[in-house]
Amino acid sequence: MKRFARLFETLDRTTRTNAKTAVLAAYLAEAPEADRLWAIALLSGRRPRRAVPSARLREWAAERAGLPLWLVEEAYPVVGDLAETISLILPPPLRAAERPLSDWMDWIETLRPLEEGARKAEVLAAWDGMAAEDRLVFNKLLTGGFRVGVSQKLVTRALAEATGIEEPRLAHRLMGDWTPATTSYAKLVLSNDPGDDLSRPYPFCLAHPLEDPADSLGDPGGWLAEWKWDGIRGQLIRRGGELYLWSRGEELITPRFPDFAPLLDFLPDGTVIDGEILAWDRPENQPLPFAQLQKRIGRKTVPKKLLAEAPARMLAYDLLERDGADLRGRPLSERRAGLDALLAGLPPEAPLGPSPLEPIASWNALAGTRATARERRAEGLMLKRAGSPYHAGRRRGDWWKWKLEPLTVDAVMIYAQSGHGRRANLFTDFTFAVHDGADLVPFAKAYSGLTDAEFAQITRWVQKNTLQRFGPVRQVAPELVFEIAFEGIQASPRHRSGIALRFPRMARWRQDKPAAEANTLADLQELLRLYG
Amino acid sequence: MAPVLSFTERGIYCPAGDFHIDPWRPVGRAVITHGHSDHARPGHGSYLCTPEAAPVIRHRLGDIRTGTLRYGEPRRIGDATVSFHPAGHLPGSAQVRVEVAGEVWVVSGDYKVEPDGLCEPFEPVRCHAFISECTFGLPVFRWAPQAEVMAEIDAWWAENRAAGRASLLGAYSLGKAQRLLAGIDSSAGPILTHGAVEATNEVLRAQGYRLPGTIRVTPDTKPKDHPGALVIAPPSALGTPWARRFGPSSAGFASGWMRLRGIRRRRGMDRGFVLSDHADWDGLNAAIRETGAERVFVTHGYTAVFRRWLAERGYDAGVVETEFTGEEAGETAE
Repeated sequence: MKRFARLFETLDRTTRTNAKTAVLAAYLAEAPEADRLWAIALLSGRRPRRAVPSARLREWAAERAGLPLWLVEEAYPVVGDLAETISLILPPPLRAAERPLSDWMDWIETLRPLEEGARKAEVLAAWDGMAAEDRLVFNKLLTGGFRVGVSQKLVTRALAEATGIEEPRLAHRLMGDWTPATTSYAKLVLSNDPGDDLSRPYPFCLAHPLEDPADSLGDPGGWLAEWKWDGIRGQLIRRGGELYLWSRGEELITPRFPDFAPLLDFLPDGTVIDGEILAWDRPENQPLPFAQLQKRIGRKTVPKKLLAEAPARMLAYDLLERDGADLRGRPLSERRAGLDALLAGLPPEAPLGPSPLEPIASWNALAGTRATARERRAEGLMLKRAGSPYHAGRRRGDWWKWKLEPLTVDAVMIYAQSGHGRRANLFTDFTFAVHDGADLVPFAKAYSGLTDAEFAQITRWVQKNTLQRFGPVRQVAPELVFEIAFEGIQASPRHRSGIALRFPRMARWRQDKPAAEANTLADLQELLRLYG
Repeated sequence: MAPVLSFTERGIYCPAGDFHIDPWRPVGRAVITHGHSDHARPGHGSYLCTPEAAPVIRHRLGDIRTGTLRYGEPRRIGDATVSFHPAGHLPGSAQVRVEVAGEVWVVSGDYKVEPDGLCEPFEPVRCHAFISECTFGLPVFRWAPQAEVMAEIDAWWAENRAAGRASLLGAYSLGKAQRLLAGIDSSAGPILTHGAVEATNEVLRAQGYRLPGTIRVTPDTKPKDHPGALVIAPPSALGTPWARRFGPSSAGFASGWMRLRGIRRRRGMDRGFVLSDHADWDGLNAAIRETGAERVFVTHGYTAVFRRWLAERGYDAGVVETEFTGEEAGETAE
């Protein structure tokens, strides 16, 4: 555990990518193989579920520290992290018993079936036997809250340094729904046969937002344009007589979308397609709003009614594998032609079709096309270089997302709550309202878009302008106005305002605007009528 | 009978002696615990502090009327008897003991209980009522012994020297900077100081406080002449063009707030060293216990929480609101 705790500390406090890569590579070269495998799993987001409810951990830690529970609960929002709060209050260890990371991970699994008394005894004994500086990471593993600022790309690069295997090959090997319980370091990383897991997806190729004007991209003849749909990016795989559907979050979601099962009969073996999963409006032959798809995301099984109301369909962007051959190095125009040929034979009611390409007469004309995105239920356009390969990960230059400008309203802040992690101690989570006659109606929460300096300034303001406290939430004087940007607007009977926004965030703090000049509920209803 | 001290909009007031302690608005007669700007403010008719604190206060506030009173020496002011007692916060810092008709109240000012080798160590003072700061009044704030933290800083500096980097260490220019100078291994390499830090150094050296040799950074300073230097500067100077002149560097910050990972990350420093000039949770509780006081008023910090904790321990506990935030002081306070 010591070695892994030191790795976490170093990764956590370094902002330099090269330094992070170097310490991670050293760990992956030196740690026992079982620990390496766990480190890769944890750093790529494959962390085990919470093994102990956090309320219990809080109580047990308070008891061990000899503190009243209320005091621990008051300290928690100041620290902004429960695992850390516990590690800071526990008394020094009674003994030091070092166990490797993989041992502790196995131990966490053994906690699940235990009854509460036995679990408590186990956890207290673990705390008593662990060096103070190892407890933070340990608690994070226990609460299921382990995270560290390391990208998948960095993990792959460090592993490449440690093993001498090229990055793209490793990136592919690390994909899929493996866990340390289902594989070994040797099998996952060192095995020369990536074909041993037929379900394994390719790393997704990602785009950067286009910030310069489109004509900076040069001759439009070298580019392809298509809609940027507002759904779930996915990869559909047919190999070995089976169908697999992956989300961009590397989750295998085949069972949640039985809609795609018929494709087994239509697609040849050795096919991998990249596309967007959408809830589909069959009569109108267009996507349903994202909110419809959202109803299906969290469900492991789908009731028949929902299957009928919000059937899923994939609009395909790209063909990554055909007849078992990896096409990612071929130019996009060639892959796209292959995709169209493959899908040409599908009946129109099939849950899969090509995402249409939009002609680019000129960049100016394409800007006109983009302006109609909301009517098409799209977020904007994707611009892809016709000759581009399918990169692994996010690479600048070949693919750009060209999204619509967001919608905005000016709203009044009415509640504030402090953030977590690096934003602990700062008020960063705000609730916003619009005017409705003499009332203020809350309609959105947002917590991003401002600088740390602005959050610090607002925090001082909140401390002096609190009207009432509800636990961690402060009701503040309705005085500060913010421009709230969002991607979409929907009717929602669950919200008091009757509307729900997609991706609301603070575009800026309108220090120039008095609260009386903020927008009204009628303004929001008009936006709903236009874009809902 | 009026209480020995009362809490007014100008600050803590003693009716029997007609003076204020660390007032934040101009008053006739001010008794000052130490030179930090939230305690020693401009505009009072007269100032009373320890002789050790006076030079810095004069340096910061300019032409003021200052009287001094040695630690432990009683002075009659009106019907009150006042004396100063070491607070261990920084050189010359004091707690103020006020006795009126046999009843003793003590104002802690800012304090820390661990001796730091530079300033006069904290001395508990028996009293009936104790007014305690509680900047770090939560059980998550616990400090490692100073020697351990200094060793961490020495190791960081050595690592940077070996890698050909300068070590930029953020520390408040009065108190923390000098404590660091006195505590680190100053023989390891050259130590450069920001002008604000060096100005305080000069005042304290002239008083006889022992600080190692330092080199003031001026526009003519060539970082190349001082390879592997440790640069001590106010935190506000880090990340500015002033700091960039040192080329490749690692930035560290020494403060009690560095105990919290969220604040460490927000500060964006390469290293955070947990070193505070305030008492930690155990220090606050020990200090309060040793006064023998039954009444405790808390101020500056997590006052509401700390008051409740003390009340549950059987103290007659209250909160003194300050002008600043009235609650969590946030990381600006140290």
